[in-house]
Amino acid sequence: MDLQEYFSLVFSDYTLRTITLGTAILGAVTGMLGSFAVLRKQSLLGDAISHAALPGIAIAFLITGAKDSNTLLLGALISGLIGTFWIRGIVKKTHLKSDTALGLILSLFFGFGMLLLTFIQKQPNANQAGLDKYLFGQAATLVESDVWLMAIVTGLCLFVLLLFWKEFKILLFDADYTKTLGFNTKVIDVLITSFIVLAIVLGLQTVGVVLMSAMLLAPAAAARQWTNSLSKMVLLAAVFGAFSGVFGTAISASQTNLSTGPVIVLVAAVFVVISFVFSPSRGLLFKQIRFIKNRRDLELHKTLAFMYHIAETHENISHPHTIKLLNNFQGFTRKTLQKLVEKNYVTLDGNMWSLTKTGFETASNLYTKQSTKDE
Amino acid sequence: MNSAQIEIQLIASLVAIACAIPGTFLVLRKMAMISDAISHSILPGIVVGFFITQDLNSPLLIVLAALTGVITVVLVEYIQKTGLVKEDTAIGLVFPALFSIGVILIAKNANDVHLDVDAVLVGELALAPFDRLIVSGVDIGPKSLWIIGTILLITILLLFAFFKELKVSTFDKGLAASLGFSPAIIHYGLMTVSSVTTVGAFDAVGAILVVALMIAPAATAYLLTTNLKKMLALAVFFGVFSAISGYWLAHLLDASIAGSITTMLGLIFLAVYLFAPSKGVIAVMHREKQQRTEVSLLTFLLHLKNHTEVEERHVNHLREHINWQKVRAKTVLELALKNNMILVNNNVVSLTKKGDTFTSKAIDYIITNEDAQIEDMKDDFFLFRG
Repeated sequence: MDLQEYFSLVFSDYTLRTITLGTAILGAVTGMLGSFAVLRKQSLLGDAISHAALPGIAIAFLITGAKDSNTLLLGALISGLIGTFWIRGIVKKTHLKSDTALGLILSLFFGFGMLLLTFIQKQPNANQAGLDKYLFGQAATLVESDVWLMAIVTGLCLFVLLLFWKEFKILLFDADYTKTLGFNTKVIDVLITSFIVLAIVLGLQTVGVVLMSAMLLAPAAAARQWTNSLSKMVLLAAVFGAFSGVFGTAISASQTNLSTGPVIVLVAAVFVVISFVFSPSRGLLFKQIRFIKNRRDLELHKTLAFMYHIAETHENISHPHTIKLLNNFQGFTRKTLQKLVEKNYVTLDGNMWSLTKTGFETASNLYTKQSTKDE
Repeated sequence: MNSAQIEIQLIASLVAIACAIPGTFLVLRKMAMISDAISHSILPGIVVGFFITQDLNSPLLIVLAALTGVITVVLVEYIQKTGLVKEDTAIGLVFPALFSIGVILIAKNANDVHLDVDAVLVGELALAPFDRLIVSGVDIGPKSLWIIGTILLITILLLFAFFKELKVSTFDKGLAASLGFSPAIIHYGLMTVSSVTTVGAFDAVGAILVVALMIAPAATAYLLTTNLKKMLALAVFFGVFSAISGYWLAHLLDASIAGSITTMLGLIFLAVYLFAPSKGVIAVMHREKQQRTEVSLLTFLLHLKNHTEVEERHVNHLREHINWQKVRAKTVLELALKNNMILVNNNVVSLTKKGDTFTSKAIDYIITNEDAQIEDMKDDFFLFRG
């Protein structure tokens, strides 16, 4: 399937349109809420919650006996919330650290969920098939009502986010200050955590238990590299998430045997890698360039200072010296000398160099910080 | 019990012990989530190894998968070092990406590979006894028993050989480094052992449930003791106990053995979490309540000491002045009476001699900022605790 065919299909084919819309909305809402999770240093909470949701799905099925996705999601939501609050309980009440608490809840709930799932599979009624799609997710099972549910939840989430923007923001960056201002931090905290759980549960059907945490983290981690402003970060994360969803769906649709969830996660990972490398202020590439530039400047300064100390001993500062003198000095290269000449600090005459007046003045001010001119 | 049942329980117990040992150190080093990351990201290693060997139990596959595990750790540490994101975010970014690659590799070759992602994640212990290791025509037991047995043996040997180094570097990295043990070697050694154990155990109990066997017994033991040797012993005990009881639970419910083992681990943790003698939730809550009452008592006694006027010491006034609820005021008053620290005459409260000494000493400690001393002093003065 080529690109053109894909575009025409997106608008005409019901399944593809539903999946594309669904994954886009999902990416946007998880990206949005993921920003908060990442900034609150709760990155792995998503992983724990998505695993913790499994027994809820199984129990909801055992109680109702129906595979209605809304009921199952409700079960997932409840068990995800129980998992989250148990993690908090463990961290608060015992001396176990948060990583242990996360790993505990994640594996214990998941194991219990697996027990229930295998138990259900042995039950006589044949209705259970397909429950294990929640393990890895099957975007293909999305129907229009699921997308509507996602859209409604996203809208609700956006509304609450805008309504309590100030509270969320201040809690994020200075929890103690928030408390002294008289905000009920507990309620704000529970509110934002509940929404994170809700977003995770919503994505289980599409990308599955195992990969859901990446949906939450990756767009936010990518967005973080481009900006220092919370609102921009949330917006960018939503955009990245949505694009990961759309691209991932497109790629997996264009190939046979390619499940959507992992492809979406890989696309999001590509966003992260690009952001890590190419972000102007924090990216590795520009950091390296700045690093090299700083080193060169330093070498230039060192050479200049060395020349200054030699010139200082003569009455005439522009007294020529031989280049050989500089060879004992580590910071010196032909290139730095050339650069000094370009900057008009030094003049060359055959094998001799001499400091100019500007060069002498810059050098004398080099370590006294009186010079304001940047090199 | 037939021989297959015994073999399954034996394999499960060995897996539990092999996981509990590195798990204890992971929990103590606050790296529990690394085991989760490793357990997921070994998938591409397993898949590639399987393509090459076509055998889930081949040693090459274990080596390749363990290598992927170590690569995960290195990648996580590299991302951390760039400082672009926090440590936990780095973990959360690396393993889903690697896992996705594994899932896609399996899906793309689904037709000619007998490898199921479900099987990798969940494992099927019940089938373990059917894959026999046959040496020159003689059946010497299930393959996974030999694999996990070898891994366990190596783990135990390493544990005994490097116990001192592990202990020091776990609790005081700086001291370990200054004593000349390389923290990096110990760190990567531990990571390698964890990876190998995870790989060795995955086809028995599944990748995710390895995490449970690593973290849960260690965390449960940590709630009961602060002695490393005791913690290791307890973790091994909890692991083996849940392995065997989990097997019978699975037998009873006709469900996944790995799932039942994890459920047993969960139940044990829940019980210890609630009822552990000094660190359990109930004990902690009781202690908090006791301390709250005792702090109130101290406030109350200080108030009495500061006021000689009768009207300030009248029972009705106290409630108003310190602004306590009725129940709390009553608890505090009763506690003070029981401990012979106050006397009540015609609804006017006054300090006894003992109460007076107690309060003076407490004030001394508060002024000199040695609040911690008050706890010890309480033992001397209190007949009944709050």
